[in-house]
Amino acid sequence: MILAFFEWCEATAIGESIRVSIWAFPVIESIHLLGLCLLGGAVLIVDLRLLGLGLTQQRIAALARQVRPWLIGAVALMLLTGVLLFLSEAVKCYYNRAFWVKITTLPVALAFTFGVKERMAKEWEDASTRSRLMGAASIALWFTVAAAGRWIGFSG
Amino acid sequence: MLVERFLEWLGATPWSVALLESFWVWPLLESAHVLTLGLFVGTAAMMDLKLIGASFRTVPFSEFRTRMLPYTRFGFALMVITGLLIFYSSPSRYYYNIFFRIKMIVLVLSGLNIWLFHSRILLREGAWDRDARPPRAARIAGGISLVTWSMVVVAGRMIAYNWFDCSMQPQPDWVNWAAGCILPPQ
Repeated sequence: MILAFFEWCEATAIGESIRVSIWAFPVIESIHLLGLCLLGGAVLIVDLRLLGLGLTQQRIAALARQVRPWLIGAVALMLLTGVLLFLSEAVKCYYNRAFWVKITTLPVALAFTFGVKERMAKEWEDASTRSRLMGAASIALWFTVAAAGRWIGFSG
Repeated sequence: MLVERFLEWLGATPWSVALLESFWVWPLLESAHVLTLGLFVGTAAMMDLKLIGASFRTVPFSEFRTRMLPYTRFGFALMVITGLLIFYSSPSRYYYNIFFRIKMIVLVLSGLNIWLFHSRILLREGAWDRDARPPRAARIAGGISLVTWSMVVVAGRMIAYNWFDCSMQPQPDWVNWAAGCILPPQ
């Protein structure tokens, strides 16, 4: 069932045209990487603060609010380019273990970031034991997603 | 050619060969190089957004410089170490790669921008430290930084593609010139 869906994805006009173009994949990949940089910065600046490091003169809630548009922009850019990359090689992804690690940890990281971390950060002024746990969990989750993402290109 | 012979010798050293042929070390090294982008370019970009006045408008620049720059510098050190090791694994391949050369040139431009920023704009930091919108010169430096680091990232990613490799002849003359290809005598 899933394989059939992935085969259909790869056969879409978008997937097909990215695959036949020499430049499309590398260019989309580069934009995906630039998104990674922006996401890394937006996530880390708040996570460091949650850990009691970095911009400690700023209130956690205020910092999270200022970072928010860049965080959302980065996630949107990565999702868009990520879907395009996936469409061009969906069947390869199906047989790729790193892809499955990424695709299962990504929703967890997103739900954690927007469902848990953002909501709690709104109430916080300064770092606490709970905020440190939150910051560490966020870094660990996003690190896993990024590492698995890079590994898609090496495995399978 | 001295450079050519040096690179060939470097690439033939046992550690270089072992690195290139290793099943785990090379991909781990490459992954570390890419993931550190999030730390290095990520935190640098946040500071640039502050400089151009696009974000963190209530945060003094000096706080960014003292509290965030150490992480950016640590990230840069990791990038350089992993980057040098990757270069060492296959020196000739990178030296004769057009994107590698573009990356190195833009890297120098980026460094020049940082040097100018430190030697001119930062000296008067006290005058604009708390400005929501830093002075024009600071905004320009921040903008140049965003553009040049993005170019470094893109050129770096493109190194992996062999469109313009010296071994893929025929290539236009300018490609052979820019990549420094050594062609067999005609």
